[in-house]
Amino acid sequence: MSIFEYNGGAIIAMVGKNCFAIASDRRFGVQLQTIATDFKKIYRVSDRLFLGLSGLATDAQTLFQRLMFKHKLYQLREERDMKPETFASLVSAILYEKRFGPYFIQPVIAGLGDKDKPFICTMDSIGAKELAKDFVVAGTASESLYGACEAMFKPDMEPEELFETISQALLSSVDRDCLSGWGGHVFVVTPTEVKERILKGRMD
Amino acid sequence: MGDSQYSFSLTTFSPSGKLVQIEHALTAVGSGQTSLGIKAANGVVIATEKKLPSILVDEASVQKIQCLTPNIGVVYSGMGPDFRVLVRKSRKQAVQYHQLYKEAIPVTQLVRETAAVMQEFTQSGGVRPFGVSLLVAGFDDSGPQLFQVDPSGSYFSWKASAMGKNVSNAKTFLEKRYTDEIELEDAVHTAILTLKEGFEGQISGKNIEIGIIGEDKIFRVLTPAEIEDYLAEVE
Repeated sequence: MSIFEYNGGAIIAMVGKNCFAIASDRRFGVQLQTIATDFKKIYRVSDRLFLGLSGLATDAQTLFQRLMFKHKLYQLREERDMKPETFASLVSAILYEKRFGPYFIQPVIAGLGDKDKPFICTMDSIGAKELAKDFVVAGTASESLYGACEAMFKPDMEPEELFETISQALLSSVDRDCLSGWGGHVFVVTPTEVKERILKGRMD
Repeated sequence: MGDSQYSFSLTTFSPSGKLVQIEHALTAVGSGQTSLGIKAANGVVIATEKKLPSILVDEASVQKIQCLTPNIGVVYSGMGPDFRVLVRKSRKQAVQYHQLYKEAIPVTQLVRETAAVMQEFTQSGGVRPFGVSLLVAGFDDSGPQLFQVDPSGSYFSWKASAMGKNVSNAKTFLEKRYTDEIELEDAVHTAILTLKEGFEGQISGKNIEIGIIGEDKIFRVLTPAEIEDYLAEVE
């Protein structure tokens, strides 16, 4: 049993036309037992920057607290919000600090950068960044997620179509993974608003 | 004067509320060679006299204006060796910022960290304050900026400023000639004229140093030949 499969989870982020969407499943389990069905894996760093953390839940919570600490200090010192690219570099540096005793998580970062250009990236547990122009996935269902996204993704989708696509990709992939599921939690972010929606899928 | 009894220890306030060592450090700065900076609408220029102790000194080996990052430069008045230590520390801080955020450090952040280093040396045991005031010139996303940092660790943003021997004349001259819309080329001419005001001897490309940063956000020190060209334009 891998430590990354102890809690289970699935995260996707997708780029649309001047918008992005980030989605996760809602299960919190301890190996085969499901403890909660409303567990948040996507954290709002700012109105334009979201962080999804898959993997060991305790590490996800601690890492999020550390990152919020650094982000708040940055905002106070520099009197501006962090750009998503900068935040990704920060996460990468923090993960590499623990190179020989890492956090057992895989982050997905999604945000709107300069000129409202959407930015997504993921990295491994020791901070190797992977920038993508279309979609990034993480979690125990990642293999299914890659397949579903590759098949369903189209570039430059409007927010509504992007929502449909990411939801279908998420739900169909977590149905093939016993450790993820119990619904979905989707954020669609445009320069003007953040739309948060709950999905109902197979509740098993 | 009760103050002199308190001038032995840096970390002790005098009854008048001053830290006497910092006052002495400012005096060291005030007897250093004149340096100045001017913030233009589209860039910043910093300049200094480069009076060498003898004609036998190889003036190309003396560099009073240094760059801290590709888009931030600095000049000083006061003790050269102290300046070199601060440049080294500031460069390290700028690179560390880049290691963490993969982004160029904003001018205000670098100035703040450099000032924090200078302040540390006014509140630690067994050390003395730096005997330099710095003029930091940079161009980042917030536009052109000019900061002065004092031995006490306080920093100020200036539109135009001068430090060193000829400070009051230079500042008066700058006050008269500065406008908010001044362009970088004009600012270089004004800087040269300001240096000329208090200059003893014949000014040339070999005994002044000028550094500029424009909208290309690249700080560079002018060559003696380029300074000669500007001097000819000013005549």
